[in-house]
Amino acid sequence: MPWIRILRAVGFRRTERSARSTGRAPSKSGGTVGSPGLAMILLTAILFTAILLSGAAPEKHLAIYSTVANYSLPVVQREGRDYVGLLEILEPLGRVSAKSDTQRWRLRYNNIQGDFFVGKTHARIQGRDADLGGKFLEENDRGFVPVSSLSSLLPRILGGPVTLHEESSRLFIGSVATHFTASLSGENRLVFNFTAPVNPMIATEPGKLRMTFSREPVVAPAAPTLTFGSKTIPSANYTESNGTAVVAVTTTAPVIASFSNEGRTITITPATAAASAAQNVTQPASAIPAAATPPAVLGPAGSGAPGTAATAAGGSGSGLPGSGAPVAAPPVFRRYFAVVDASHGGDDHGETLSPTLLEKDITVALARSLRTELESRGITTLVLRDSDANLSLDQRAIFANADHAAIYISLHAASSGHGVRVYTALLPYGDDDRGPFRSWTDAQHAWLPLSTSVASAVAAELQKRQITVRTLSAPMRPLNNVTGAAIAVEVAPQGSDLSQLTAPDYQQLITGAVATAIASAHEQLGVAP
Amino acid sequence: MIPRHLAIGMAVLLAAALSLSFYAWHFRKTVVTTAVSSTDTRPLAPPVAGPTERVTLFIAHDEDGTLRGESAQIPLPSGRQQRAEELLRALLSLYLDKSSSHVLGPGADVRSVFLVDPGVAVIDLNSAFADTHRSGALVEELTVASLIHTISANTPGVVRVKILVDGKERDTLAGHADLSDYYDVSAVNQLATQLAQ
Repeated sequence: MPWIRILRAVGFRRTERSARSTGRAPSKSGGTVGSPGLAMILLTAILFTAILLSGAAPEKHLAIYSTVANYSLPVVQREGRDYVGLLEILEPLGRVSAKSDTQRWRLRYNNIQGDFFVGKTHARIQGRDADLGGKFLEENDRGFVPVSSLSSLLPRILGGPVTLHEESSRLFIGSVATHFTASLSGENRLVFNFTAPVNPMIATEPGKLRMTFSREPVVAPAAPTLTFGSKTIPSANYTESNGTAVVAVTTTAPVIASFSNEGRTITITPATAAASAAQNVTQPASAIPAAATPPAVLGPAGSGAPGTAATAAGGSGSGLPGSGAPVAAPPVFRRYFAVVDASHGGDDHGETLSPTLLEKDITVALARSLRTELESRGITTLVLRDSDANLSLDQRAIFANADHAAIYISLHAASSGHGVRVYTALLPYGDDDRGPFRSWTDAQHAWLPLSTSVASAVAAELQKRQITVRTLSAPMRPLNNVTGAAIAVEVAPQGSDLSQLTAPDYQQLITGAVATAIASAHEQLGVAP
Repeated sequence: MIPRHLAIGMAVLLAAALSLSFYAWHFRKTVVTTAVSSTDTRPLAPPVAGPTERVTLFIAHDEDGTLRGESAQIPLPSGRQQRAEELLRALLSLYLDKSSSHVLGPGADVRSVFLVDPGVAVIDLNSAFADTHRSGALVEELTVASLIHTISANTPGVVRVKILVDGKERDTLAGHADLSDYYDVSAVNQLATQLAQ
């Protein structure tokens, strides 16, 4: 043990010095009576210091995410509250200045003026009262406001929405959040898709792979715990604290993580599978990371260029993760032509078709079948939910929009009616677009004619296969939020036998028709897969 | 040999325990009966009296997934808002019948309808309406289209409709039909045309 060696050395030198000063020979056993005592005192002191240090609370930070910059500021405790410097928050966002006199602290941000009064719980922004929920403090000409006041105070200064996660000290200025989905691809491959590139710190421990996002505005999925029904990767859990977001993946075997799709995709695979995949791409054995024992992690490259690992292994954005070997081919940004959305999932069962048959399970089976059919026709396809995960309607739309998919297909199943219904969006009474900003509620507006045309093509193809079909518009989110062609396909049995919904040949009959129609509308959809 | 006073004490305690058990059992039974009566759906107030009027109710038919206008003669109050409420109650009374073409869950009701100028109608459903509604894109769409088209066809000037549940916003009716936004009456009228075929 290094500690013991150091203590012995210290004790030995002390013995030598005391022996020299007294003229006695040093004891061979290495000890006068004082040496172990000194060692014990030192050991106690070190232990005490270690305990004190480990018990000290980590310094608290407020992580701020905006379109201009992502940064972090220290949070100070005053009067039992968390405070943060207001000037420091605003400095990276625009032109800001502050002037202090005895009791008043005047802030100017671009053309907005705010007056803050030391010791008062109210401020005036542009001449109107603003409640701070705690006293305004001034220290060394720096103005401090309670962290809890930021969600109401900053919109008045910045003129835009602000979201504060007070518990975890994270502040989102504007719509900057990065959403993600996690789904199983195959039996043991967990794929995280993010709406923006990410570069988390990845660490492993027995039974866990932890991704810590300290710079990215990653936000929680609909439910913090995602379950995947895999023996190797049973679940993942999302938490936030002290300015960071952490996704902890529970595993029963060593796993590795690799990046692709320009940092938008992180793939978790068992280390053994990754190693064999790497061998399959004829990389030298030495390039495989140390046989992945202990579990190896292929994080983003040191240069901050995620994507190389997956490109090495698969040659495509969603390829198998591989080695960290140098790769000649440049990273490929894989753009999915079609986004297939298995509706419902997690707590949202959809329709209970029978006591043992839930809509959410049928939609996953249909989505997988449609992916197979589309990919067999050369159309790159992303399945949004490939496991029993919760995914909010907004998240589904965000994924489709962020990918700029040519077509979004939402899948539903129903016990009522016969055959298939193909829906396009019934747009709500819309908000007006403002300048370059398109209204979220009727974002589909410009694409509705294209969506209707694709829906007609799908209906025609289904009719060719003797399937009863109707085309309708429907008030079904997220169709109205998608900025691209968007349809929903609701599958009901041909007759009254609900078991037909689970029959692979019936599913394939429908998904084959949908895929054929989309492939034939490929030119019309306008973007090459 | 157990002393006599101890035996008497034990007997009294045993009798007390038995009588308390009986009381608890009786009390539980009463509570169950009360709970049952609280879900009683029998009407509490007499139907609206007064002159009857001919109106068009747009009725959903699950068997072929259509929405069809049917004429009905119902008593209607003079107030615009009360008329809208009575229209929807007349529609719901059809759906609450077990032999209906589009059955709603027991206890489903319209709490109130608010007509707010300019051209906004707010339909406030009770929680039983949404909680017991069958899930499915078409079946939910039929309900929503039936309510909105019936209101707009019989109440001139309504251009957008908001549906609340128990006075609060709700994401969907039963997992599919969106309730988070205002419905555009002209879009719903077009949908009604599609659903009529």
